[in-house]
Amino acid sequence: MCNTCGCNITPGNRPLVMAEKPKNGVTTISVLENLLSKNNNQAEHNRAHFDAAKVLVINLMSSPGSGKTALLEATIKRLRDSFKIAVIEGDLETENDTQRIQAQGVPAYQITTGTACHLDAHLVHNALHHFSLNDLDLLFIENVGNLVCPASFDLGHHRNVVLLSVTEGDDKPAKYPVMFRAADLMLISKTDLLPYLDDFSTSNAKQNLQNLANAAPVIEFSSKDSNGLDDWIAWLLSEIKTYTELLQTKKTQRPKVQQEGQFFHTSSVKPKFYPINTKITPD
Amino acid sequence: MHELSLCDDLLNQVIAIAQQNNAQSVESVTVTIGALAGIEPSLLENAFSIIKINTVAEFAQLIIRKVPVTVLCLQCGAKSEVLLNHLLCHVCKSHDTSLISGDELVLASVAFFV
Ligand SMILES: Nc1nc2c(ncn2[C@@H]2O[C@H](COP(=O)(O)OP(=O)(O)OP(=O)(O)O)[C@@H](O)[C@H]2O)c(=O)[nH]1
Ligand SMILES: [Mg+2]
Ligand SMILES: [Zn+2]
Ligand SMILES: [Zn+2]
Ligand SMILES: [Zn+2]
Repeated sequence: MCNTCGCNITPGNRPLVMAEKPKNGVTTISVLENLLSKNNNQAEHNRAHFDAAKVLVINLMSSPGSGKTALLEATIKRLRDSFKIAVIEGDLETENDTQRIQAQGVPAYQITTGTACHLDAHLVHNALHHFSLNDLDLLFIENVGNLVCPASFDLGHHRNVVLLSVTEGDDKPAKYPVMFRAADLMLISKTDLLPYLDDFSTSNAKQNLQNLANAAPVIEFSSKDSNGLDDWIAWLLSEIKTYTELLQTKKTQRPKVQQEGQFFHTSSVKPKFYPINTKITPD
Repeated sequence: MHELSLCDDLLNQVIAIAQQNNAQSVESVTVTIGALAGIEPSLLENAFSIIKINTVAEFAQLIIRKVPVTVLCLQCGAKSEVLLNHLLCHVCKSHDTSLISGDELVLASVAFFV
């Protein structure tokens, strides 16, 4: 959503704005400014940097310990000879993750300041000074391990990948809808542990994702036995291809969740309304 | 929890608007928050009541309008109000829906005395 074209006026807030009545001595003005506009503007600026350098940027999100760094290690091993890769680490407390990535022979920079629960576009912009973007093809941002806040902050990246490790339970997409709705890919990680768990069903996890009206692909992955590594690499390569083609037509890529608003902007559909507790009788 | 830093940005926006309009004091601030915005309204309220002190918004009331989640079905065209983890069409049960409202996070209006 942006603030200049009026797309902040959704059916949800339009009536409120028009209902505003002048009171004695009080002047009321409509603002309709996104509360995250400062971050969003910075994110657009970051995206312009990435696009100028033709670097596909992937934001990895999950709860703590779901296997983000292990996924990156496996990815780098596979791709480091064909692509120039770098990693921004949002591990705020220790340098462990940064050292693990550097041990794979690619540049990694650790973001050490800021609020401990999520990365924002300003923190990422500051980190960019530590890379030569023009020398990169692929930049991963490992966000802070947290299923709540990181989903709300656009970093200027192009794709969101959300990991769900099998030990967390297959209900997580239903419990953290804001996060899983943002996923352009859901990666079910640590599948080597499935034989030891009797209550994780990958089909339930997929169903819970679908219930969020999110048709993102799902890949099952293990960094221990390399299950799904080929599928994950194939997804990455196809994203690089799509991104490159978009750039050639002077467009950029955005996480799907951020593209959605544009639909209603242009939509002329006059839908019927079905309140939440109404019994439905289709006509 | 990023409600505090978000609140900081909110207050700065409000103060800027008050200054532009030569306001003596801000009477109320209305924000619109969708259920899928990832913001806990009560945390925002608490944060606002703390950081507004000693600003032009010291006596301002924070009015939070909560917006329900509604989706448009791309299969049958029906619009449904839904739970935030069940964004399905109520009529045809399709998953092929698009969000109409529910992710708002907007400073809607500022009321002030001049
Ligand atoms: N069995 C199994 N263990 C894994 C797998 N991937 C990661 N682990 C283990 O899970 C733990 C956490 O893995 P990390 O890769 O550090 O997870 P992370 O998401 O980067 O963690 P934070 O950055 O702290 O949020 C480590 O002990 C890993 O060895 C996997 O595929 N299978
Ligand atoms: Mg890690
Ligand atoms: Zn810059
Ligand atoms: Zn946060
Ligand atoms: Zn339908």
